[in-house]
Amino acid sequence: MNFTLKIWRQKDAKAKGGFETYKVDNISADTSFLEMLDILNNNLIHEGKEPVAFDHDCREGICGMCSLHIDGHAHGPGQGATTCQIYMRKFKDGATITIEPWRSAAFPVIKDLVVNRSAYDQILQAGGFISVRTNSVPDANAMPIPKPDADESMDAAACIGCGACAATCKNGSAMLFVAARVSSLAKLPQGRVEGARRAKAMVAKMDELGFGNCTNTGACQAECPKQISIAHIARLNREFLAAKLED
Amino acid sequence: MAFKLDAKIPAGALADKWSNHKAAIKVVSPANKRKLDIIIVGTGLGGASAAASLGELGYNVKVFCIQDSPRRAHSIAAQGGINAAKNYQNDNDSVYRLFYDTIKGGDYRAREANVYRLAEVSNLIIDQCVAQGVPFAREYGGLLANRSFGGAQVSRTFYARGQTGQQLLLGAYAALNKEIAAGSVKSYPRHEMLDIVIEDGEAKGIIARNLVTGEIERHGAHAVVIATGGYGNVFFLSTNAMASNGSAAFQCYRKGAGFANPCFTQIHPTCIPVHGDQQSKLTLMSESLRNDGRIWVPKKLEDVKALRAGTKKPSDIAEEDRDYYLERRYPAFGNLVPRDVASRAAKERCDAGFGVNETGLAVFLDFKTAIERLGKDIIKQRYGNLFDMYEEITDVNPYEQPMQIFPAVHYTMGGIWVDYNLMTTVPGLYAIGEANFSDHGANRLGASALMQGLADGYFVLPYTIGDYLSHKIQAPKVKTDTKAFDEAEKAVREKIAKLFAIKGKQSVDDIHKKLGHIMWENVGMARTKESLEKAIVEIQALRKEFWKDVKLVGSENEFNVELEKALRLADFLELGELMARDALNREESCGGHFRSEHQTPEGEALRHDDTFAYASVWEYKGMDNEPELTKEPLDYEFTHRAQRNYKD
Repeated sequence: MNFTLKIWRQKDAKAKGGFETYKVDNISADTSFLEMLDILNNNLIHEGKEPVAFDHDCREGICGMCSLHIDGHAHGPGQGATTCQIYMRKFKDGATITIEPWRSAAFPVIKDLVVNRSAYDQILQAGGFISVRTNSVPDANAMPIPKPDADESMDAAACIGCGACAATCKNGSAMLFVAARVSSLAKLPQGRVEGARRAKAMVAKMDELGFGNCTNTGACQAECPKQISIAHIARLNREFLAAKLED
Repeated sequence: MAFKLDAKIPAGALADKWSNHKAAIKVVSPANKRKLDIIIVGTGLGGASAAASLGELGYNVKVFCIQDSPRRAHSIAAQGGINAAKNYQNDNDSVYRLFYDTIKGGDYRAREANVYRLAEVSNLIIDQCVAQGVPFAREYGGLLANRSFGGAQVSRTFYARGQTGQQLLLGAYAALNKEIAAGSVKSYPRHEMLDIVIEDGEAKGIIARNLVTGEIERHGAHAVVIATGGYGNVFFLSTNAMASNGSAAFQCYRKGAGFANPCFTQIHPTCIPVHGDQQSKLTLMSESLRNDGRIWVPKKLEDVKALRAGTKKPSDIAEEDRDYYLERRYPAFGNLVPRDVASRAAKERCDAGFGVNETGLAVFLDFKTAIERLGKDIIKQRYGNLFDMYEEITDVNPYEQPMQIFPAVHYTMGGIWVDYNLMTTVPGLYAIGEANFSDHGANRLGASALMQGLADGYFVLPYTIGDYLSHKIQAPKVKTDTKAFDEAEKAVREKIAKLFAIKGKQSVDDIHKKLGHIMWENVGMARTKESLEKAIVEIQALRKEFWKDVKLVGSENEFNVELEKALRLADFLELGELMARDALNREESCGGHFRSEHQTPEGEALRHDDTFAYASVWEYKGMDNEPELTKEPLDYEFTHRAQRNYKD
């Protein structure tokens, strides 16, 4: 298969970026999207040109490192898949494909398609944990947890922190990301203890870092590679309001 | 000068060793902990849990990772589960049984005392993770569920769907975040350690490169912990993440730390087969699939031909014409034999011409029987995400047709030599998790990597490092303007400048692929004296080629992925040779190390306990010189070393 690629190139955080056009030929349909970019980069290196910088690591859809906006969609065509899990058979032979970095004020570009997502780490540092010390814990089976609660907690915990939700949201809101963590811990008895403090602290940090507000468009859920449900945002809102009422 | 190795195994009965040791080692008072600095490199299960636990104790911790967030370390990709000797299933599991399975699974090439300690702390790990909010799978009564894994006849594996590594790492990362917020840990994401600094014979810090700006930084500490995982990417194609590398461990080796059993590589039996030369990595299909999946190839070569020609589908082949070769050869364990055994059995069938795809390098993993027995819904609940992933990659629906699988490089049991305290041959330098060599012998059992990473980080290192640091309570802050730091930084800068100056014709990947090919063909699943000698010559030649002909673009003072890759490949090109040398020296077969000259009449690995019951510890002597071997004898006081038997 042959493709024309329109790729965002930006030398560093301060530079003004722009699109460059490249061609790649003889790509197998079984090649992954990132392998296609590997081929492009190898060609560029042989031509003495700078390869396109993009984040990636596990290439199994779990590390959350890959983060491309492809033809206007976070992680490209298809649902429930990260960029690294997209295969070229999803595209038409001869297609022109546009590739951009995440576009979000809270995720500044570092280079080309690589962005800085440390804001997500900061939100979790504000309260996305249960305060237990190593070794100061009861037996794992001391507290039975209903299976549906554990399952729902796991649904939310599947978040890979890739940033697609905030990059997709027209308001640049990180609500789905914050909700996934808050909800995952709120569904477990051991997470309830600090529930109120957690919801308030994480929302406050999200606001402070320049993420926008949620207007329930549901775009985040549609583009989330792990298909995290916006029902978790409803739970976050409930947790947050209950916590505020206690103040 | 050979190493004087002292593994510092405590005296006493096996079950008392760890308790005795903890009672004997020194502790550091809270007031003194505040004055002590620790550097941890890597934020996988080992690094993150160690950083969180040491921060909690009051030490000043700096933690480094190459990813943009600690949460993305490769531990996150572990799928199947984590072992513990809880005996929640009442199937007669115990600390001793987990110990025994692990030491047997490792083909009697690990230390008894280390493995026993691992089994002993395994239960604490599950308690810890549940308290952190890790959503393990549960039964309807609300208690924790378990599944079976290879090499065990009990169900002791705890899991969170097919994402156990992710959930455990998010637990450790949350604990780390708690400490970052408290100010006890400082995090340096997108930073890569490029050298270890040793002064007066002790580890004093690291040289790191800020991967965003290219800046070279100096960081000093009273102790340095390497938690950077394994070196499987020496094969280019492996199940490891793209950036996983052996460079931090290799710098330690270069600066005097012993490197043990480098040839012990785990080839995982259930990976998606290679599809072509554009492939960048291999995808693992969790071992948990072998709970319900049955592995087979056709009995008749004519069926193999028909499959390859596409005139028959796997489902067209009648039950009596299928060779469930693991069940045939190993009735007691069946499809749940350890990984090394399953991988070699697949290779044996493919070598005999029964490989089921066009490359002849694939076997079937079939869920037909399980779907008939349990229904599609149950199978979907258990493995849904793995089935989806398989279909996404291969465009084949595994509910209807069996998966095709083939072995791939997955894990390295070898690593930096450590004593019982997890300290390397360099005082003040520690190695934990996959980066060390200590617990898995010649083959790791499934669901034991997560166990070891967290055991080291949460429950072993926080105690043992105190014993060393108790001697440092009056040591001042480590200064980074010393000669040792000057020299280390200078060497790093010169190496980078040298790489840019080559201006050759081949990209880093071009050369890495060649290395991978040499390794897989000659130092892979089956090794011979001839193949290993050939590999050594070829790797030496390729290394020269690299230093003459590699082509880098861009500059050092910026985000430059090619430079990162080149630095890592430079080390792989030495590490590959070391692996081949170790494999050449070890004239026996054990676990993942299979020397074709040494096998039983049935084709099983044949150990030579009289001559090779030792860990090979290698000392660096320069890029083009042969390393020196020191042997750490593995004395078995408590277990009888037998030929591994998974038949009855």
